[in-house]
Amino acid sequence: MYAALWRVLPGPVWLRILLVFVLLAAVLFALATWVFPWVDSIVNNQEVTVGSP
Amino acid sequence: MSVRADQPLSEETRCAHRRKRRPRLNVVGIFGELLITAGILVLAFLGWQLWWNDMIMAGQQSRAAAEISQTWIDDDLSSNEPAPAAPEASATVEPAPVDFGEPVVREAPSNAETFAVLYVPRFGEDYHRSIAEGIGSEVLNSSRSGIGHYPDTQMPGEVGNFAVAAHRSANGGGMHLINELQLGDAIYVQTADGYYTYRFRDLEYVAPTAVDVIAPVPHNPDAVPADRFITLTSCNPLLSTAERIIAYGVLEAWQPTSAGPPAEVATVINAQAQG
Repeated sequence: MYAALWRVLPGPVWLRILLVFVLLAAVLFALATWVFPWVDSIVNNQEVTVGSP
Repeated sequence: MSVRADQPLSEETRCAHRRKRRPRLNVVGIFGELLITAGILVLAFLGWQLWWNDMIMAGQQSRAAAEISQTWIDDDLSSNEPAPAAPEASATVEPAPVDFGEPVVREAPSNAETFAVLYVPRFGEDYHRSIAEGIGSEVLNSSRSGIGHYPDTQMPGEVGNFAVAAHRSANGGGMHLINELQLGDAIYVQTADGYYTYRFRDLEYVAPTAVDVIAPVPHNPDAVPADRFITLTSCNPLLSTAERIIAYGVLEAWQPTSAGPPAEVATVINAQAQG
């Protein structure tokens, strides 16, 4: 999977490494902005109150 | 050894070797990579929830508290400037505590409305969070408040129990250090009317079903209250929801906005005026 990604990336090694970091940053940004807040809203089990179910 | 000598066979094994190392579709390999990726994603989510987003929300909640606190102080300055001449003079000299009489008690606000700011110096010198009505996620997970007031419990300064809840960790972690409160620690509540000084009494660990802790007289739902309590609730142990940690305090003093903030929180309140 990741080996295939490496093969698909164009250019010399330094460019590929750069591209990998850019992709990684983009993925992390997307996760923190959209995915994690959504996951948080459905798995939120941080009960802090008494009595309420 | 004999294989090495045989030229065509060697070629064949090399081909086979290459095929084995780079197959067109390695199902097990891809499955393994997916599992590793899933593991990293779970760790990343925990890091985001407990550290990154927690830090961002704590900052937002803190700024929101400073904003609304300053609004109340500014409103008070513009509305009744000439009236409290005597208390204002006394506040600068810091003499014997002035008795401002019975604390002012506000009407309970509508759901999710911010009506108070909490200051707990034990949680940090510049700790302040706004308190909104209700204990739903729209309050507890909000970047504008983070601390929720149990509906149907009393208001700040009222005889009975002013009960609030907040997260212990994540979502700004409003009560992260609740277990570090010590006897006599100040818990200040500011509203549009003034400052209520509560003194921390004790901690308690209860089951999540223990609704009695927010009764007007904690643990005595049928008793007629005579004291003015504050009750903070959060989850315990840290990162778990198995139990609840409860902190009780009793009202010590009240002073109107015009009298200025209590000395212990004056620094953080004066700092917010500069923005």
